[in-house]
Amino acid sequence: MNSKGFLYAAYIATWLIHGLYIGVLARGYSRLRQQLKDLNKSGK
Amino acid sequence: MSPMHSITWATLTKDICLEWRSKDALNSMLFFSLLVVVIFSFSFDPNAEESREIAGGLIWVAFLFAAVVALNQTWTRELRNQVLDAYRVSPAPATALFVAKALGNFILVSVLEALMAPLFMIFYNLRALGPAWQLIPVAILGTWALVVNGTFFAAMSLRTRSREIMLPLLLFPISIPAVQSMVEATRIILSGDGAARFWIVLLLTYDVVFTTACLALFETVLQAE
Amino acid sequence: MIASEMKRAFPILAVITALLLAYSTYQALVVAPTERTMGDVQRIFYYHVPSAWTAFCLFFVNLIASIVYLVRKNPKADALAVSSAEVGVVFCTIVLITGPIWARPVWGIWWTWDVRLTSTLVLWLIYVSYLMLRRFSDSAQTPVLAAVLAIFGALDVPLVYFSIWFFRTQHPQPVIGGGGSLDPRMLHVFLLNLFTFSCFGAMLCWARYRLELLQREVEEVESLQSLRGVPQ
Repeated sequence: MNSKGFLYAAYIATWLIHGLYIGVLARGYSRLRQQLKDLNKSGK
Repeated sequence: MSPMHSITWATLTKDICLEWRSKDALNSMLFFSLLVVVIFSFSFDPNAEESREIAGGLIWVAFLFAAVVALNQTWTRELRNQVLDAYRVSPAPATALFVAKALGNFILVSVLEALMAPLFMIFYNLRALGPAWQLIPVAILGTWALVVNGTFFAAMSLRTRSREIMLPLLLFPISIPAVQSMVEATRIILSGDGAARFWIVLLLTYDVVFTTACLALFETVLQAE
Repeated sequence: MIASEMKRAFPILAVITALLLAYSTYQALVVAPTERTMGDVQRIFYYHVPSAWTAFCLFFVNLIASIVYLVRKNPKADALAVSSAEVGVVFCTIVLITGPIWARPVWGIWWTWDVRLTSTLVLWLIYVSYLMLRRFSDSAQTPVLAAVLAIFGALDVPLVYFSIWFFRTQHPQPVIGGGGSLDPRMLHVFLLNLFTFSCFGAMLCWARYRLELLQREVEEVESLQSLRGVPQ
């Protein structure tokens, strides 16, 4: 792997990790929103 | 004697008496350390010069693992008989209990070290090329560093799942500067290569900082359980 | 009222941050001049150091939030503490991954146990243990215990740095990230990335904070309903 390959590997690794984390957060959001909706419906 | 001292003394003597009668913790720790020494001997086969370089690391890692064995049972006796609850509602200062437990662990681990050190010297043919007396402050300060934080984190781990693994998970990262200091100081003293003074001072600083922190925050942790 | 305004501000600020990130990455990859000795690999610097800076800032926020929680018992401070710790660990992980990727082509080795990278590793270990305590502790007093651990961690940081620094002066090794002065054009790109990553870190922390508050709201509604006897 030449020098530029390492550069791209570092940048891609960075965005992969950030992307994964943002994905986890987004999934948590939609799950919780759904839960809240269900709870409010059953609570009524 | 002030109430704080009398509580500390009473708790400490109670723990020592109980331990002396059963010798459970001491025996298991002793055998564990011996096993660690023997297994390390199979992993590394050092000659005299090499062993002086790595012995510091091996010895302190073995003591660290043995200390965790002791620390894990620090509070279990108190939990079993609801002694902790009694402490929470009593007007006794929490620091008295902490000091007693930490001192008890310190004595236990020091006894272990005193018994294991000659064994290490025999197995690895160790002879200190530097000032050997400096090993004593290193041992005292280093053991206290492990024991003071270990006793504190053992109390913090009481209500966690997987309590036994939680203690080393919390203790090891925080102990890294102390372990590095102990290991480096021991290596320098054994190989006579330079001065261990910086590491001993760093150990002393570590001990002062964390003893203060433990004493200041133990009440909070005890009430939090 | 402020809460709903902030809720609306979030998507707009998120888009602005994303655009800033794209721009500063372009600057780092294309506009910044190539370094003489290391070549193009040196551009990892524009990601590696700002990520470290952001991680340290977030851990500092965690310390302040933990102290505020211990003193005031404000649950929002605790929510901020867990959010900043988690996002800080994410950025710290990136520092620990980009560091070796940079070191390998430049010095031929993945890891040198140099001061900065080793201190960052220990910092990472301390905050991962913080997150593990939060995950494994079931009691209602977990926030108090975690706050205490955060203080211990913060007290440890200078000691960690000193012990590794002194060890390295005795046993010198190549330093990842190097020293030396920066060409003014490089400095400009570096500062831009520093600013952008700080904004990105703040946005992620804010997002995680809102998620934590939402989680607690759901738990509260759940327990209220079960108290009233509503079938789940």
